[in-house]
Order: sequence, then structure tokens, then C-alpha cells
Amino acid sequence: METQNIKIENKIKNGLIKLAKYLMVIIVILFSLYYFFPTKITAGLDISANYGIEMIAIFPAVIVLMGLADVWIPKSLINKYLGEESGIKGIILSIIMGTLPTGPVYIAFPIAAELLRKKARISNVMIFLGVWASSKIPQVGVEINFLGFKFAMLRLVFTLISLIIIGYLIEYIINEKGKREAEV
Amino acid sequence: MVAWIINISTILLFIYTIIKDKEKAKKAFVKSIIKFLNLLPMMIVIIVLIGLIFGFIPPELIKSYLGSNDNILQVVAAAIFGAITLIPSLVALPLAGSLVEAGASYTPIAAFITTLTMVGFVTLPIELKELGKKLTILRNVFAFIFAIIISLIIGVLM
Repeated sequence: METQNIKIENKIKNGLIKLAKYLMVIIVILFSLYYFFPTKITAGLDISANYGIEMIAIFPAVIVLMGLADVWIPKSLINKYLGEESGIKGIILSIIMGTLPTGPVYIAFPIAAELLRKKARISNVMIFLGVWASSKIPQVGVEINFLGFKFAMLRLVFTLISLIIIGYLIEYIINEKGKREAEV
Repeated sequence: MVAWIINISTILLFIYTIIKDKEKAKKAFVKSIIKFLNLLPMMIVIIVLIGLIFGFIPPELIKSYLGSNDNILQVVAAAIFGAITLIPSLVALPLAGSLVEAGASYTPIAAFITTLTMVGFVTLPIELKELGKKLTILRNVFAFIFAIIISLIIGVLM
């Protein structure tokens, strides 16, 4: 517990140091640009402020939501449900597991690898991985916020369709190759 | 509207977590703080960048490079940019929105966001290690091709 706390403190400290460095560089750049182009910078910063407010209105909530999902949804759940099912049910489960607001994609790779070792269907694992990377629930909310409902929904639907096609294409290619190698 | 829904559901879920399990709530809170701190520098960069785009790049220029004279080269370039870029997708979305507002067409923007999330150039080493060469290459190549198809369809439908 003690070492855990120190680790967290260090992470926060490093984060703050990085933030301070970024801020310093940005302030220097902005001031020097302001010196040469005062009107352009003032106009631009007005728009920056609008976007900043919009981002502050949504990002903290999204990040806390992801943190909460992380503690509530055990990784073992994903393992349990994705391994067994195939067909339509498998596709739907892969999509649901992928959209859950848990963690960045580099967490999903080891889960996918373990599922493959357990002989889960390649198509399902590929769909799960693709959905995990591209279509997280709160992320879709952010997309609606900044790019509109129609755009976000079109992209979501076509991305899901593409991921299903890609999953089956990859499975077909891998299996065909396996068969050919088995014949030889 | 969306911001309201997300904020309210987050607050409700957080209160529920505190009532149910204080340890879990604390863990989630610490995780969120660290994640937010990590994202904050990039967020500030993007906010400033949006201002600079609006302040310095005339809309005509954005229109002529990213506007609706959709050609496949423009879309492929946007897709490549999305595949190799290091911006977290969460903060890339406001940037994409600002480009649309400044006159960019939806097609290259869709290509950019789609490859940003579907093609994992940055995570390639981890993916190679965990899934092997064959699956990694197939997955990313297909993702790239389909991202272009998706964005062309979206361009027609928007």
C-alpha cells in the first residue's frame, strides 16, 4: 500500500512537471506570435476559448466514466463471454465487449492474444479488437458533441459493418492458409 | 446536450460507486486524475492549435486543401495522416470539428478520424508482440482500406 501511494504520487508529480513544461513553451510561442500579429492572435484565442470551454464541459466526465468502468468491469468478464459464442451472438458480444468504456487499446492486445490461445474464433477477436480501438461509448458521445449526430452515427455504423467484414476476411485468409499448409 | 448526458450519468455512477464500495471509488478517482493529467498537455496544445488555425489560415486555403473538391489523393493523405499521428483520439475530435467549421469537407475528416482509431501505428510494436506478424499486418491493412471506403461513403451521405 505504501509503495502504491508513492507510485501514484510520482505519476501525479511527473504529470504536473510535463504540464508545466508544455505551458511554458506554449506561453512563449503565443507571446512572440502576439508581438508580431496581435490581431490574428486575439481573434484566434477567442475561438480557442470557446473550444476550451466545450472540452472542459465534457472531457473530465468522460475520463471519470472510463475510470469507473475500469473498476467495475473485470477483465475476466470479457474473457468469459468472448471465448465461447460464435455466429451472430458472437458478433454482438464482441461489439458489446469492445464498446465498454474500459482502457486504451494496448490493454486489449494481451486480452485478444489470450482469447486466441484459448481457440476463440479469429473473427470475433478481430471484431472485438477493432471495436475496442474505434468505438468506445463515451468517445462516440464526444464525437456527437464536436462533429454532429449524423456524422458520428454514420461513422459508427459503417465502422462496425467494416469491422465485421474485416474480422471474417482475416479469419478466412488465416484458415485457408492453414488448410493449404496442412495439405502440403 | 451530449455533455449534459455524460456529466449526469458520470455523477450518478460515481455516487453509486461511493455508496457501494469506497475503495473502488477511490481507485477510479485516482486513475481518472492521472489520466486527465496525462491528457491535459495535449488538450492545451490542441486548444491553442485550433485558435492558430482560425487566426492564421484563411478559410479559402482550408477549403482548397480539405474542401469538397473531394479527390482520392486528398482522402488517402488524410488517412495516412490519421494512421501515423500521435494525437489521442479524444482530443483529435474537437480539432476535427474545428476544421469542418473552418470549411473542410467531411470526407477527409472522416478518413482522418477513422484511421486514427482503427489503424494502430503507434501501438504496432505491442500488437506485433501479442498477435504476431500475420494478424497485425492483415488487421491494419484492411482497416486502412476500409477507412477510405467508409469516408467516401460518408462524404456522399453528409
